[in-house]
Amino acid sequence: MATMQVELVSPEKILFSGEATQVITRTLGGGEIAFLPGHAPFLGALTECHTRITLVEGRVLDVAVHGGFVQVSGNTVSILSDIAELGEDVDRNRALRARDVAEELLRREHDAEAVSALSRAHARLSASGGITGTSQGAH
Amino acid sequence: MAGGQERILRGRIRSVQATKKITRAMELIAASRFVKAQQRVAAAVPYSDTITEVVKDLAAAGGSSQSPLLTSRQEVKSTAYVVIAADRGLCGGYNSGVQRAAEGSVKADVLDGKSYSLITVGRKAEGYFKFRGYNIAAAYGGFSDSPTYAHAREIGQDVVARYLAGEFDRVELVYTRFISAGSQEVVRRPLVPLDHETVEGGDGKGPDSAGTPSDYEFEPDPGTILDTLLPRYVEARIYAALLNAAAAEHAFRQRAMKSATDNAEELIKNLSRIMNRARQDSITTEIMEIVSGAEALSGGSKNVQMIDLGPITDLASN
Repeated sequence: MATMQVELVSPEKILFSGEATQVITRTLGGGEIAFLPGHAPFLGALTECHTRITLVEGRVLDVAVHGGFVQVSGNTVSILSDIAELGEDVDRNRALRARDVAEELLRREHDAEAVSALSRAHARLSASGGITGTSQGAH
Repeated sequence: MAGGQERILRGRIRSVQATKKITRAMELIAASRFVKAQQRVAAAVPYSDTITEVVKDLAAAGGSSQSPLLTSRQEVKSTAYVVIAADRGLCGGYNSGVQRAAEGSVKADVLDGKSYSLITVGRKAEGYFKFRGYNIAAAYGGFSDSPTYAHAREIGQDVVARYLAGEFDRVELVYTRFISAGSQEVVRRPLVPLDHETVEGGDGKGPDSAGTPSDYEFEPDPGTILDTLLPRYVEARIYAALLNAAAAEHAFRQRAMKSATDNAEELIKNLSRIMNRARQDSITTEIMEIVSGAEALSGGSKNVQMIDLGPITDLASN
């Protein structure tokens, strides 16, 4: 099976580096996009999203990516992100609380800050197991 | 008195010993932090390499952007210097090197009739320039020994916003570049606007000789990507500079504290030599006094004659 090299880099460290068979992420305004081995050279700006990296052994690595860039060249997918966290590292309770706070705020007024907070929370939740759930000790 | 001098010397030796303990501790702390800082410099390399590559690819692909961050202004009237120094002293010539370089550039600008502003990072730099009455636009501090990306972003956003507002026409970074444990140098690097020179000269790395394929697909269009990418790129540059400066600071401090410790050892050796001599002198003097005293007593006893004062008579009764 063909594989490709995937690198997930944040400014402070390399979050993930290894072989994979598929990467799904979401570009700014372009919707979701999947990369398979041998993809044509590609450059894209990413939005807050739940990125899925299918590893060689079939396991899927879930990552919450909060904006960044993706570069595909020479069978290597590099994802650059200021803030990215692996699904298993996400603090679900915190994300749920953040979602509730943002939704509460949006019910009253439209606020760009809250919109991005909400999409960050969604990306985190989605990467860590699912969008649904209730927070504990939210209020 | 000789004994007093000895006591004074003992006090001095004790205080030098206490100082030596402190400098030794600081040396060890700096050494361990230095290793960590060095690792962080290395850890930041992949990101800055990739982002530089992406910028180059976009530029190569003709990602023409109207971004003001890319176009240099016709007339440069004002330059901003981002001066990165330490929060604390006791690190040899680290702070003064950066401050001198920045001050020199500012003075050259003033001579040319241009204006300047300073963005200081690190409390020492702020104090230095504030004391001398320089124009400080913004001052950051409190994180010089372990900067995070969040700090770099804060500075980057501020610098970009001020640049876009027209507060200054170009921005330069003044910091200490970390080359190896034994050598660091103060450098001045253009930060904004980003021209091709800047992009290729990114933190001490030469331009990539490998030709980049320009048949990229873009999503969204190259211009938009570049517009979102450039502020990140500025932040990454600042972050790399902060990390370099932090590693250099620890290397400088370690070296300064090592020589301070060596100095203290030397001082203790000299002082204890003087003290021993003083003690020996006082002992010698004491022995001399005893000997001459005994001599006087024993030698004198042969010549002393008893003088008969006659019978004691009660004068009062007369």
